[in-house]
Amino acid sequence: MPNRQRRAALAITMGAVLGLAGALAAGPVLAQAALRTDLVVGMRLEPPHLDPTAGAAAAIDEVTYANLFEPLTRIDAEGKVVPGLAEKWEVSADGLTYTFHLRKGAKFHDGTDADSADVKFSLDRARGAESVNAQKGYFAAIAGVEAPDARTVVVTLSRPDGLFLFHMASGDAAIVAPESAGANKQTPVGTGPFKFERWVAGDRVVLVRNPDYDGAKPALERVTFRFISDPAAQVAALKAGDIDSFPQFDTYEALPQFRDDGAFTVMVGTTEGETILGTNNARKPFDDLRVRRAMAHAIDRKTLIDGVLFGNGAAIGSHFPPHRAGYVDLTGLYPYDPDKTKALLAEAGLPDGFETTLRLPPPIYARRSGELIAAMLAEVGIRVKVEPMEWAPWLEQVFKGKDYDLTLIAHTEPLDIDIYGRPDYYFNYRSERFNAVGAELDRTQDSAKRNALYGEQQRILAEDAVNGFLFMLPSATVQKSAVQGMWVNRPIQANDVTGVRWK
Amino acid sequence: MTGFMKRLRRLPVSLLLGGLLTALVVGAALLSLVWTPFPAEQVRVVARLRPPGPVHWLGTDHFGRDALSMILVGARNSLAVGAAAVALGALLGVPLGLAASAWGRWGDEAVARLGDLLFAFPAVLTAILLTAALGAGAVNVVLALGLFNAAVFARVARGAALAVWRRDFVRAALALGRGPLSVTLVHVLPNIAGVVIVQGTVLFAVAVLNEAALSYLGLGIQPPSPSWGKMLGDAQTFLFTAPLQAIFPGAAIAVTVLGLNLLGDGLRDALDPRHRSAGLL
Repeated sequence: MPNRQRRAALAITMGAVLGLAGALAAGPVLAQAALRTDLVVGMRLEPPHLDPTAGAAAAIDEVTYANLFEPLTRIDAEGKVVPGLAEKWEVSADGLTYTFHLRKGAKFHDGTDADSADVKFSLDRARGAESVNAQKGYFAAIAGVEAPDARTVVVTLSRPDGLFLFHMASGDAAIVAPESAGANKQTPVGTGPFKFERWVAGDRVVLVRNPDYDGAKPALERVTFRFISDPAAQVAALKAGDIDSFPQFDTYEALPQFRDDGAFTVMVGTTEGETILGTNNARKPFDDLRVRRAMAHAIDRKTLIDGVLFGNGAAIGSHFPPHRAGYVDLTGLYPYDPDKTKALLAEAGLPDGFETTLRLPPPIYARRSGELIAAMLAEVGIRVKVEPMEWAPWLEQVFKGKDYDLTLIAHTEPLDIDIYGRPDYYFNYRSERFNAVGAELDRTQDSAKRNALYGEQQRILAEDAVNGFLFMLPSATVQKSAVQGMWVNRPIQANDVTGVRWK
Repeated sequence: MTGFMKRLRRLPVSLLLGGLLTALVVGAALLSLVWTPFPAEQVRVVARLRPPGPVHWLGTDHFGRDALSMILVGARNSLAVGAAAVALGALLGVPLGLAASAWGRWGDEAVARLGDLLFAFPAVLTAILLTAALGAGAVNVVLALGLFNAAVFARVARGAALAVWRRDFVRAALALGRGPLSVTLVHVLPNIAGVVIVQGTVLFAVAVLNEAALSYLGLGIQPPSPSWGKMLGDAQTFLFTAPLQAIFPGAAIAVTVLGLNLLGDGLRDALDPRHRSAGLL
């Protein structure tokens, strides 16, 4: 009997506790009736530091671009150049003088004015001899920067640069202050609508709304970027509700289950990532055009896109994204045809195929594509040894050292077809024809003419079968259905949350 | 027949069970030499991530490769790497251990310190270091695991041999004027064979496990050749959509390692003279 009584007492206590807990829980539930003003964004990789003017890692821009730092101009969700720190600008008729007019109330997060002296400092720093900027080439055409008054910056170029405004909109061209620039890697100070709060290494970076921002105030008060590299953990974190939005979600096989779940929205958009089978054009047998064309005929892009991206991606026939003006569809130039491959190989004196090595960087698209391409090439007698690598040795040996036969990588910088004209690039490709068109591009401002020239460049690359042109890396975003305003496409490496709100 | 049954019944259970499981894996490996349901490397993306069924008995992976075929060929690859690593270890380690036991103090010290040096790094770490330096691949995995095994074999052989050297019949042989090499080969080696074989099966299991771990990390057997570890690594991202694709290679690894360990335990019991005298055999 006493035992039963005790049990009853226990049950009552438990009930009371549960009831209390319920009442307490109801508090936040009611509070949530008001729209949330915080957002947790999932990212695959943690940035090495937070200074976009001193590093190539995409993760830096994916935290800071447009949120924390502002360049003079900006790229918007559609890929267009829009005002950034400069509210307007004029370009002289000869294309050599750019006059930028800065926003009147712009301030850095430490309270100091963001004026023309800061712009001059930022641009001179980026193009200077000691610059550690990852894209020094963007600033190479600048001959001088002047600041006639606090709100005006005049940039003169030594030669016309058709992409100047585009490049000035990149994170690499973010405007920083001389007083704080040195410490931006750990405690970034910018002019954007969000300011840095804290960085928990290995876990997250937190930004909070900048109350003194002179432009439109964002709806969000606090944004947390959380870093989860493991695909299974990404899925779990989304399902558990720990992540509100996961842009650049590359576990494509998990997309259907989120599509089927009403609590989530899945968006698949485009990126600037041309994914290529990088080929060392200087090495035998790839120095033979017939061999490169033979390989192009051996790769079935449709199977590749199905197998690697689960159908979420567009095929390409040259180094240019289909969503951009100036694109020419060259995917039909080398249709999948193993017999044709064998014929071309025989013509090149390799009737029994050959052996080669495919060195793969870590991303999952690269590893999977590499494995599939190795299987496809095996069918035509090209025996591929697959060699997975970590990022550091890949960058050192393949990208910088050019010590490779084949590799597989997505080139994610926008409008980067000019890399084929760089004299010392890892493809070891040289074409006077291509370079001549490139020189004309630099002299041309008219967009219709530019597009025609881009088309010509694409054709040259496709005809030379410089690399295996495979597909555009898609940009999938998985998020809670109530999140609005995240970018669908990735015209630039960024997670711009300034326009994001809950509904 | 009855005598055979009786003897069989007297064998340790672990030996029987371990032998059975190991035979199963060896059988699968041998089978893969003559038959697999599909070519193990055949990619068919349209048929990817199929659940187990009449066509693909264990389903297919993310590239539409037949999981059963990959498991069978994976058994062959796994056993080949394990066997090679153990053989390399025994060939290097046993003579070294025997030599150490015969050479007296200085040789003994040298071999023991060499062993300490190798033991200072776990086998997997040594293998990762080596594959990082020499490149990923089955040969380098065998090399790394073989080196580690050599140290274990040397230590075990040395310890067992030292005990044998002190026995009366060895002293008698030495007194009769036999040289150390002859005594080692005729008397010491046969008496430590049991210990070495038991150690071999245990190291075999460890090598299979380590190979799987390295292949999981992408450092072991390279695609297109299938390996259990790689299958496990690939299946990891599909845990939510096709969990069985992770379970099959995992089970294959578990069965192999369990079988070899039980076999080792059983062999130890069966070969240990102390157990024999206690009437366990």
